[in-house]
Amino acid sequence: MSESVRQLPEEPAPESVVARYGLLQRAGGILVPILTVVLAFLVGGIVILLTTGSVADTLETYREIFKGSGLSWFFDVGNNSIGIPFTDAHVWFPWDTNEAVSESAANLQQTLILWVPLVLTGLAVAFAFRCGLFNIGGQGQYLAGSIAAVLIATELPKAVALPSFVLIVVCVLGAMIAGAALAGIAGFLKGTVGAHEVITTIMLNWIVIWVGSYLFGVGGPFQTGASSALPSSEDISEKAALPVFWGDPFLQGLHIGFFIALAALVVYSLTLNRTTLGYEVRAVGHNPEGARYGGISVARNYFLAMAIAGLFAGLAGALDILGWQFRLDTTQLQGSQIGFIGIAVALLGRNTALGVGLAGLLFAALQTGTASRNLDPSVFNPELASSLAIIIQGLVVLFVGADVIILLALRRIRRTRARGATA
Amino acid sequence: MNVLYGLYRADEGEIRVGGEQVIFHSPKDAIEHGIGMVHQHFMLIPVMTVAENIVLGVEPSVHGVLLDYGTASSSVRKLADSFGFAVDTDALVQDITVGQQQRVEILKALYRKADILILDEPTAVLTPQEAGELFEILRSLTEEGLSIIFITHKLDEVLEIADRITVLRRGKLISTLPAKGATEESLARAMVGRDVLLEVEKAERAPGETLLQVDGLRVHDDRGVQKVRGVSLEVRAGEIVGIAGVDGNGQTELIDALTGLRRPDDGRIELGGHDVTHDSAREHFAAGIGHIPEDRQRRGLVLEFSIAENLALHEFRKPPASRLGWLFPRRLLERAGRLITEFDIRGGDPTTPAGSLSGGNQQKVILAREIDRDPRVLIAAQPTRGLDVGAIEFVHRRLVEERDRGRAILLVSLELDEILSLSDRILVLYEGEFVGEFPPTVTQQELGLAMTGGGQGEQAA
Repeated sequence: MSESVRQLPEEPAPESVVARYGLLQRAGGILVPILTVVLAFLVGGIVILLTTGSVADTLETYREIFKGSGLSWFFDVGNNSIGIPFTDAHVWFPWDTNEAVSESAANLQQTLILWVPLVLTGLAVAFAFRCGLFNIGGQGQYLAGSIAAVLIATELPKAVALPSFVLIVVCVLGAMIAGAALAGIAGFLKGTVGAHEVITTIMLNWIVIWVGSYLFGVGGPFQTGASSALPSSEDISEKAALPVFWGDPFLQGLHIGFFIALAALVVYSLTLNRTTLGYEVRAVGHNPEGARYGGISVARNYFLAMAIAGLFAGLAGALDILGWQFRLDTTQLQGSQIGFIGIAVALLGRNTALGVGLAGLLFAALQTGTASRNLDPSVFNPELASSLAIIIQGLVVLFVGADVIILLALRRIRRTRARGATA
Repeated sequence: MNVLYGLYRADEGEIRVGGEQVIFHSPKDAIEHGIGMVHQHFMLIPVMTVAENIVLGVEPSVHGVLLDYGTASSSVRKLADSFGFAVDTDALVQDITVGQQQRVEILKALYRKADILILDEPTAVLTPQEAGELFEILRSLTEEGLSIIFITHKLDEVLEIADRITVLRRGKLISTLPAKGATEESLARAMVGRDVLLEVEKAERAPGETLLQVDGLRVHDDRGVQKVRGVSLEVRAGEIVGIAGVDGNGQTELIDALTGLRRPDDGRIELGGHDVTHDSAREHFAAGIGHIPEDRQRRGLVLEFSIAENLALHEFRKPPASRLGWLFPRRLLERAGRLITEFDIRGGDPTTPAGSLSGGNQQKVILAREIDRDPRVLIAAQPTRGLDVGAIEFVHRRLVEERDRGRAILLVSLELDEILSLSDRILVLYEGEFVGEFPPTVTQQELGLAMTGGGQGEQAA
């Protein structure tokens, strides 16, 4: 480089629109989702205030929800002990893990059981989103996983006797493939003929729901004869059930799917940031034309990103079936909302691994905390409780969509303050 | 400019029109205050007539519902005549030339009684002849008492047309000076903050073997219209071949085909003796093509990616960037650090998003990426579009350096100055065909004539 170039006066590059938005996003990266949640709880509080009619009861309701979610367990520190697995030894542990004694421990197990599918369906939305696709089909992919897991876990043991571990692996893999195949259809259509993924994934959701209703509904090929009032599949083979590591296996203790979901968060992050596949997916997500120019096949990445999203959602379905549901009935098929809450989880978590993990915990806690059995009827009408969870969820999604407004409001506050300081 | 026309709102500061402070919420407010704007890309509706386009939004009507086309047409014709514009008011906009479309845009502003006219890069789409006509129109308008703001990056134009010149650098006003007494050198210094070499130094060099050979290439655009119609050319090692032409004569489709982004209908492309006609973009890159795309933000970069990630766009699949699909971010950063020094990329470190760099530095990232791959053939499409004089100098010098290293360079540009100062040979593309080959000593006028098909393309107004 010649000297003349070096003499250029150093000036900061002018702020481009992208730069400014990027900065706002980074600056508001943690703050804005938290504000979003606070705002949602405030507006939710108004709803409670209208039903209970007193501020004290409103605060009490939120306290009850918090207790009911089991999150209070973490604040209940004492002199306890924990057993080391596979030995009789006990060591000191700050929290009471005995759920028979500690009600909050049992509630926390419930929250974490719910956390598993919320995180995984959240990742299914987030991964597709990083490729520029809006995967509304998390619910269908989750159910496809559930159906595959139920079918394998009920039928396969009848044919061959497999060791428990092998059976679980086969069920989980089968469910993941089912989810990936379903989502892959949407990705393939997007890549080849440009069919919009929002439309195709919604359509595929319904196909799965009705295929499942046929399989396990009245007169369906896999409906058990036990009850025609509540048609369902057979129970899965005991060998296919996931080991429970905390709590009573027969009363919905926390199964090892918890660790699988944790691992999935790590896999998600590594795949996106540390692999060539993730590089391609992100390039396509940010700028498909730029990626195409660079020799990256956009169509292939649309397919792969959707298929991988389906893997996560299918896994969620398998873990729920093998972990605590053990069977699939038609009301579950048609009434489950897990995959849709997963969209909110991904949105609030801003499609990052950490964000999805935390947002999943929030939604799971909200769901468990507002379960009618956990709320004191004298404080809040239990019939309204589950609606409250949905209201707050809706508000969060609403405010997440409006995060730019929050950012603008923040900026205005900062600017008026700066102006006041100079005046 | 968009602030002045009410498209964006100012964060701070005030605008005064005729001494009165105004706030523009929309272009409508600006129009009411007598400000008219002619955008670089025309805002006309092709299937409507000239008169319809001009009265759009302020149509004369019958009973408030029906368009009174007769009145519209005659009032537009009267206006055009009063300014001495030769425009057929009843012709469809899609049937008239680009130069005439620009006149329609100006008339549109005049019809709304504009007394301040803003023109954004008005000559970008014109041939030298058409630009000359535009200047005459502008001069007669100022004689009528209009104020004109003429935005351009071409130094010779501004000296020719302006009375006063204001230099902006990175959003700041550097100086305002009378056009009399200003020179291209003094303007360039004000724009960049140092002396700039406006002429590219270039030694004579004998070209070597043919590296890019194209025979009878035919390519269609997205709408299925054949835009490249039987093009043949060759570029040899150590040679810069310039392709001149008015925008939209098949340049984009030709480049796309040469880089594997668009499948040719017919013809043959050979790269260093290998047939790559039907290969993908990736295979073209592998075969030794470097491509500086014409739209660096839409195509050349992933703006949200860091500099390091952008620099790896072709290399990320191979060691040392990755192995077996596993990426090594630290190696990407190391390589970026080296290229940032070598290509003097300013405004950030390897982890800075490309979108936060200035245009010139973004272009340096692309240049670094394409040149560092050691391509045999480098295709540079509009390599200096939208760059300041200093960055243009850098890109030009680098292209000549790469020529001297024995690369074959195909330069496609709408800037005749750029074509003339860099090229060893000049081909003129007109309606998808080469209509002439010229040595770099050709004049702008001769090139301009060839760019309109040798004059035969002039349509009667």
